[in-house]
Amino acid sequence: MSFIDYFRANKTNSASVAKERLQIIVAHERGKRNQPDYLPAMQQEIIDVIKKYVAIDDEQVHVTLENTDNCSVFELNVTLPG
Amino acid sequence: MAKIIVVTSGKGGVGKTTTSAAIGTGLALKGNKTVIIDFDVGLRNLDLIMGCERRVVYDFVNVLNNEANLTQTLIKDKRVENLFVLPASQTRDKDALTLEGVEKVLNELSETFDFIICDSPAGIEKGAQMALYFADEAIVVTNPEVSSVRDSDRILGILQSKSKRAEQGSEPVKEHLLLTRYNPARVEEGEMLSVTDVEEILAIPLMGVIPESEAVLKASNQGEPVIHNQDADAGKAYSDAVDRLLGETVEFRFLTAPKKGILKRLIGA
Repeated sequence: MSFIDYFRANKTNSASVAKERLQIIVAHERGKRNQPDYLPAMQQEIIDVIKKYVAIDDEQVHVTLENTDNCSVFELNVTLPG
Repeated sequence: MAKIIVVTSGKGGVGKTTTSAAIGTGLALKGNKTVIIDFDVGLRNLDLIMGCERRVVYDFVNVLNNEANLTQTLIKDKRVENLFVLPASQTRDKDALTLEGVEKVLNELSETFDFIICDSPAGIEKGAQMALYFADEAIVVTNPEVSSVRDSDRILGILQSKSKRAEQGSEPVKEHLLLTRYNPARVEEGEMLSVTDVEEILAIPLMGVIPESEAVLKASNQGEPVIHNQDADAGKAYSDAVDRLLGETVEFRFLTAPKKGILKRLIGA
């Protein structure tokens, strides 16, 4: 850093921005990493089946897959229109 | 029984081949019989970095297709005892590698070598997966830069799910972080991710920090692995990394910028 830099305003620390962005994206991608490759397709097919009988939006369906030590829990939450 | 170590990164241009050459040479200098295999079929470059490009006769794919045996194909290093290079094919396509073929070659090498270094191609496609599949340990080469760190995390995910050890449920591949092109001055100015930042994000043990150095380009120009240059910080840092790989505890060096004189500070040079 030179003498002149001391007078410059708004010194942004770009490394800390980089770290923050990385932490968010890496955590997000790690969450998806453990899901099986077939999950997105299976999810879509289940939604299609439900749609045959009930009028729902894709947003009203929540799918989660949780891995514990010796089993995985597949959870499907559908909000049916009242 | 040889130890199989993959040098991988996901992202290209971060220093995988430079690292494979330096670490392989370092292991051989310590008396270990070592072979470095170039897995980058179609884009052979390890031969250039090792300075043996004019002595390539047969290649990895020739061995896989039984067109040549290993004794004919392995190139003996001119400088270091116990060091050999198995060059990649320059002409064939990536489909030339098969898991069965690679396994057969690794098993044969394993009988006589102490270390097998697999220099992975960039990316996460077949070639990279082939290079890491049989690994016992992995050196993840990372630059302190967003895209490299993200890609390293991707490759860690693949090591943890698609390696032979992961598929068989045996002891996981031992992971090592090697940070290259590190510039302490820029870190101190808040312009570059620090060692601790990268360690925190990737959460794997640190094996070495190689400072950005003119010696690295000079070494590639001359076809002489940078670890031979013990006057340069990069060469010394690679030696330290080899010691850590062999289980020694070595203090980290070159993590801070050399102090500038008052005049240089004022003019910002």
